[in-house]
Amino acid sequence: MQVRSMHFKARAGEKLADAQLQVNLGRAKSKFVDKRAHAILDLEDFEATRGAAKELRDLTLGDLDLWLERFETEATKRGATVLWARDGAEVCQMVIDIGRRHGVRKVTKSKSMLSEEAGLNQALGAAGIQPVETDLGEYILQINDNEPPSHIIAPVFHKSKEDVSALFARTHHLPPKTDIQEMTREAREVLRPHFLSAEMGISGGNFLVAETGSVALVTNEGNGRMVTTMPGVHVVITGIEKVIPTLEDLATLMRLLPRSATGQSISNYFSLLTGTARSGETDGPAHMYFILVDGGRADMVGGEFAEMLRCIRCGACMNHCPVYQAVGGHAYGWVYPGPMGSVLTPLFAGIENAIDLPQAATLCNQCGVVCPVKIPLPELLRRLREKQVEQRLRPRSERLALNLWSWVAQRPAWYALATKWAVRYLNWLAGGRANIPVLGVAPEWTLGRDFPAPEGRTFRELYAERQAKRGAR
Amino acid sequence: MRVGLFVTCLVDLMRPRIGFSALKLLETAGCEVVVPATQTCCGQPAYNSGDRANALALAKKVLSEFEDCDYVVAPSGSCAGTIRSHYVDLAGDEPGLAARMAKLSAKTYELTDFLVNVAKLQQVPGSYAGSITYHDSCAGLRELGVKAQPRALLAQMPGVRLREMSGAEDCCGFGGTFSLKFGAISAAIAEKKCADIAAADVDAVVLGDLGCMLNIEGKLSRMGAATKVLHVAEVLAGNLDQEER
Repeated sequence: MQVRSMHFKARAGEKLADAQLQVNLGRAKSKFVDKRAHAILDLEDFEATRGAAKELRDLTLGDLDLWLERFETEATKRGATVLWARDGAEVCQMVIDIGRRHGVRKVTKSKSMLSEEAGLNQALGAAGIQPVETDLGEYILQINDNEPPSHIIAPVFHKSKEDVSALFARTHHLPPKTDIQEMTREAREVLRPHFLSAEMGISGGNFLVAETGSVALVTNEGNGRMVTTMPGVHVVITGIEKVIPTLEDLATLMRLLPRSATGQSISNYFSLLTGTARSGETDGPAHMYFILVDGGRADMVGGEFAEMLRCIRCGACMNHCPVYQAVGGHAYGWVYPGPMGSVLTPLFAGIENAIDLPQAATLCNQCGVVCPVKIPLPELLRRLREKQVEQRLRPRSERLALNLWSWVAQRPAWYALATKWAVRYLNWLAGGRANIPVLGVAPEWTLGRDFPAPEGRTFRELYAERQAKRGAR
Repeated sequence: MRVGLFVTCLVDLMRPRIGFSALKLLETAGCEVVVPATQTCCGQPAYNSGDRANALALAKKVLSEFEDCDYVVAPSGSCAGTIRSHYVDLAGDEPGLAARMAKLSAKTYELTDFLVNVAKLQQVPGSYAGSITYHDSCAGLRELGVKAQPRALLAQMPGVRLREMSGAEDCCGFGGTFSLKFGAISAAIAEKKCADIAAADVDAVVLGDLGCMLNIEGKLSRMGAATKVLHVAEVLAGNLDQEER
């Protein structure tokens, strides 16, 4: 997928001005935040489970190569083929090669963020293989001229029911419907022939279980089962960091994932898919492939951003992020929005291609508090800001202002003088009013709010006076 | 008990009254308060901007000014949080520095946290009558666990009627330099906060951080709302009159 993160600020401005989008984004609280808060109460000790999940993810990632080898051995034993892709381009080529080997003309897809990273749909289309998205949200985006998702769990979170109704009427040439259930039924009817005729199914993978060579899929719509069991070929595309050692570990993480993501104690569907169909089995594909993707992950192992690899893609960080809630996912300009995206995009797509993202955060740490695997997202954002400074990617004006401030703040006499005159200047601007409506030195501040006037003199001046008076007495 | 008051740069510049309120509260609690005259900034703007070198220089300055105190107290969760949660990280591997920073961190407190948990202030000096709601600042709440402390102190004043707003723990959108780099987003977040404040239908919103204070005050003013914005220190000290020092 093309990286458009350089335009974050401009796009955020457009999103803030989009009244309908603002209404749609307003649903985040009731849809995600409140539900999660309620769902985590089921667990006797949610915090301890978070701690256990963090630890097991760290232990696995510490020996990532060994667990991946174990996974490969076990999956291969059960009839699957494990392929290793360095980047998105390799993913596309591998899928096309598999498709050609099996004479595939049509592919049904369950949701896979990795295929978004790789831009797989476009590559398949160009190779003469028709991709059909079957996750309802992803389907809506596909028929809307391949619009990118705005949320990793709810890809059409930015759309209203009315938007979808109009799109369906236009695309399906049927009378517009207003009831969500009826619209869903319509989509199912359109998708059913595709499920029956596709020769290959592509899914993502929430976890890879090393001890059994299985992939775990967490879905809510049932399309994942159709995609992975009906066609003769099933291709799983996922990141190398998704491997976990055992089924017991899977149980720990599954206590956290649906609760953190959608506030469900368990998703509507949970599939554990292991190997190809054995003789006598009526379900399952004859051919199963795993494409395990690096895409920048291997470089993170053992490094200062390694903690990000713990991520289980629940989306809680974006659901709780004040910036995401204000501008939505599209402003972030790539596959992953919100705090997780502000860390992953610079790491995967190049720090210089996403300058705004690590800066576009208040560091409120709401994301860090809700993260089920305790990723210190604000710390990672701050580290990326340090990288930007080290690589001289910050604007000169910003560097100058910070250096000036720090220079003065290290010299108390200069500081006293500078602040004494600064407050007098601000007070003169205020002209007796409690607030300054336009502030030339901080134009961004007064875009949408006033700047309160200072009291008039600095604490240090007044305190020195008070001490002098007391001394004289 | 010798307590160093870290006034913070924003209080120094914008609201000296709050500095004097903190001073009064600490003295009421029986502390011997020192206010190092050379103090300036804790270095948070540099630290959060990715400028470790400048942040470290200011951290060392704070260390030299406050190392001798038994405690360091700031009327700000965000500045206290910077010292408490980040100075050790900033020290890096400079010999001996991390250990000194760790000692400083351990004795640094946000004002209300200190008054409740260390000084155990029994009777706040101020009196206030009216309905309020409390905004929990991000750093105070999520870095230092400041939540019950200001409420417990405010509850000592019989005239205070606390009405919790929806989303009291949500960020106000300030975010330090974020508010200057992404003004429109910052103001949009502030607008949600101010809508929650308005819905609480109170005389004043009380909070413990200057950043949030300026942000919320500026947004309420732009919206034409009459709700007062007060720092918890000035309410507790009864220093709402600008002249009283």
